[in-house]
Amino acid sequence: MDKRLASPSRRLFLQTSAAVGGGLLLSFNLPASGRAADAAVPSRLNAFVRIAGDGTVTIAAKRAEIGQGMKTTLPMLIAEELDVDWAKVRIEQAPVDNAVYGDQWAGGSMSTPQEWEPTRRVGAVARALLIAAAAQRWGVPAAGLVTEPGVVIDPAGKRRLAYGELVEAAANLPVPDPQALTLKDPARYRIIGKAHPQSDNPAIVTGQPLYGLDVRLPGMLYATFLKAPVFGARVDRVDLAPALAVKGVRAAFVVEGGTALDGLLPGVAVVADSWWTARKGRQALEVVWADHPSPGQSTAAMATRAAELARQAPQRVMRQEGNVETALAGAAKVVEAAYHYPFLAHATLEPQNCTAAWTDGKVEIWAPAQDPEEGRALVARTLGIAPGDVTIHLTRSGGGFGRRLMNDYMVEAAWIARKAGAPTQLIWSREDDTRHDFYRPAGWHNLTAGLDAQGALVAWRSHAVSFGEGDKFVRAAEVDASQFPARAVANHLQTVSTLPLAVPTGWLRAPGNNAFGWVFQSFIDELAHASGQDPVAFRRRLLGEPRALGKPGGWDNLDTGRMRGVLDRAAEMAGWGRAIAKGTGLGIAAHFSHLGYVAVVIEASVGDDGTPVVHKAWAAVDVGRQILNPSGTEQQVQGSVLDAIGSTLRQKITLENGAVVEGNFGDYPLLRFAEAPPVEVAFVLSDHPPTGLGEPAYPPTPPALCNALFAATGKRIRTLPIGDQLA
Amino acid sequence: MAFTLTINGQSRNVEVEGDTPLLWVLRDALNMVGTKFGCGAAQCGACTVHLDGVPVRACVTPVRRVGTKAVTTIEGVGSDPVGARVQEAWKTIDVPQCGYCQAGQIMAATALLTAKPRPTNADIDAAMNGNLCRCATYNRIRSAIKAASGQEV
Repeated sequence: MDKRLASPSRRLFLQTSAAVGGGLLLSFNLPASGRAADAAVPSRLNAFVRIAGDGTVTIAAKRAEIGQGMKTTLPMLIAEELDVDWAKVRIEQAPVDNAVYGDQWAGGSMSTPQEWEPTRRVGAVARALLIAAAAQRWGVPAAGLVTEPGVVIDPAGKRRLAYGELVEAAANLPVPDPQALTLKDPARYRIIGKAHPQSDNPAIVTGQPLYGLDVRLPGMLYATFLKAPVFGARVDRVDLAPALAVKGVRAAFVVEGGTALDGLLPGVAVVADSWWTARKGRQALEVVWADHPSPGQSTAAMATRAAELARQAPQRVMRQEGNVETALAGAAKVVEAAYHYPFLAHATLEPQNCTAAWTDGKVEIWAPAQDPEEGRALVARTLGIAPGDVTIHLTRSGGGFGRRLMNDYMVEAAWIARKAGAPTQLIWSREDDTRHDFYRPAGWHNLTAGLDAQGALVAWRSHAVSFGEGDKFVRAAEVDASQFPARAVANHLQTVSTLPLAVPTGWLRAPGNNAFGWVFQSFIDELAHASGQDPVAFRRRLLGEPRALGKPGGWDNLDTGRMRGVLDRAAEMAGWGRAIAKGTGLGIAAHFSHLGYVAVVIEASVGDDGTPVVHKAWAAVDVGRQILNPSGTEQQVQGSVLDAIGSTLRQKITLENGAVVEGNFGDYPLLRFAEAPPVEVAFVLSDHPPTGLGEPAYPPTPPALCNALFAATGKRIRTLPIGDQLA
Repeated sequence: MAFTLTINGQSRNVEVEGDTPLLWVLRDALNMVGTKFGCGAAQCGACTVHLDGVPVRACVTPVRRVGTKAVTTIEGVGSDPVGARVQEAWKTIDVPQCGYCQAGQIMAATALLTAKPRPTNADIDAAMNGNLCRCATYNRIRSAIKAASGQEV
């Protein structure tokens, strides 16, 4: 029997839950497994399953929901193994408590690979308990019993008992070892692999409260927080009287803040009876900001400095194989190109916001967040209270894309609410959101490649200019030297030089990959054209025989066979090689990231005014043997492809005098309805464990688009965004 | 100032400044949070409501300009048969990803289908182009509008 049952508190919890809820409430730790198969799943998982007397099953969704669908998908895994009718399932967002639930963050496309195994075992344990309860009731061995959705059956005795009739007894039985249970044969799946709409859809389409901004508390006030345009600048002086004179403004005060760009920054808070009133108060303020150590940062100066660094010897070698200089000297053809991509903002449609309420030195927080435990730690540290005195309720997030992995808005709300002395909802304006993001870092790549007389790639040299100091990169500016074609070309050199940066940076959908994929897959396309080879044929040749390029399970373990599979499929879907109208082009790119393989083909042309027109996109995806929820997975692919098309066409963040220029959707334009092409999605099933899909379809899209525009126009895009470069 | 508004068929009294946008009257004065704040500048469409059936951006519509016009929000649009069909299509086709923009999308689509029961692709493009979806659910929005109008998806 499981040794954890020796814990009296756990045992007590199970019994108490059964008594209070009138149903089966399971909360249990899955033991860290010693099995090799679970080595890639670092976290333990806990979960709630509650079954009411009428058979209604309530399942707690443990991960943050940001639009990736895990609030629906993870309960599907539990319901499948529990063996219940999906129509009888109700879903609740789990409380934030890593000690009980394990990882609850949403990011890195990690929910699927981390949860696939343990979350199914949560359902299997619940089912085993119900079977054990029935066995006890009937006085027969559990091994002879089976289940159908919601019912335990004794085939020999021709008897049935509904789960609802067994819950009370099941809740008092010892919890079996999850690892000892046999999971369902996928051929028998009733729920997994079927398209299920998101469980929140009925609330979404009728406008019911779900998001951070929808939180309402008795006596709640609304706040704005004015921070310096230059990141981290202090408040030198401000007259608060004009804000306080606005009718409805309840408080205005300076927040001293600190200097850490990912902590509580200085600013002026205005708190009022409505957000509009708070905003009016804020507009009445004139703040004089103290000088900042690096006030003059500008993207123009960074570009100049990056160009200088590109001409100098690289500061560091990241990866070296063979002898790239000798290979280049002996190459039949040498191709050089310099690529640049800009800073990007996340632009979640729900601006950053958070609601906080203090009682007796403890704070309760309602937040749209991707990493709530980090938020709890930040709040506790900054406000000087114990982490246990911070309670966090996760709301649905109106978009994440990596932005809400940072919790700056959470600590601001906690601070402002304490000072205001009332429950307070902090809401950022759109301009606040655009100008105080954690930006995808810009970067510069200087590439040189050598091809032999037969058109084979024999040398690849890349000097990246990124941000950091010494051997440290700023957040999300790391240069990943394992990116393809590393390890597929005999002579390879990846070097790096860094510029210092005092602008907050962070993870944006497919961090690193969203930039490197564009650079490398564009340059590979250049090499194909420079040597007169078809871009698909050239890539096939480069991939070579099916083989793994890294360690099993590793994030760098690109399998060339799986890459070839999606490449071929995407080419087939798009009719690669077909006759196509003059002025229209097909472009292809394939990329491995977050354990997934995606190839994208785009058909595009350029309008008379120089505006790129994307006609259609095709995406072939390999994320393993099992698609969990085909509706959600198709959405993630379509959304990633269109997201990437939007950023590639027009998005950039500009710094002038230390501040961000762009403010709203007029100058930071998202893709609009009429310019969104149809995105056709196909899955290539391969015999590997299922992996996540929030990110992998983004990186191949920008190069597929630019490669298509090259095919259409003969013009190579080497600087993003495309903007008016084709006019 | 005191205003009497007709919202989803009900008369509601509010005491706010006349320049307060209808969005903040709905959200903060009336706690009707279905209408969303996205940009505050009529650039994203998340705050779309109907005034006498015409889609408007509540974030730039001062409450004093609403007058006697009937306000319909996402909370009330389902009592209109077209609105109910649109909501149903949105659910079954599983349009939302994060879902934050979808109230505005549904209000825009309902206004379109009320004016044009069988819209062409060009009609749909024109009617929906002012509503941003950061998750880019545009393919499914088109499908749902077609389904709600009885056209082949």
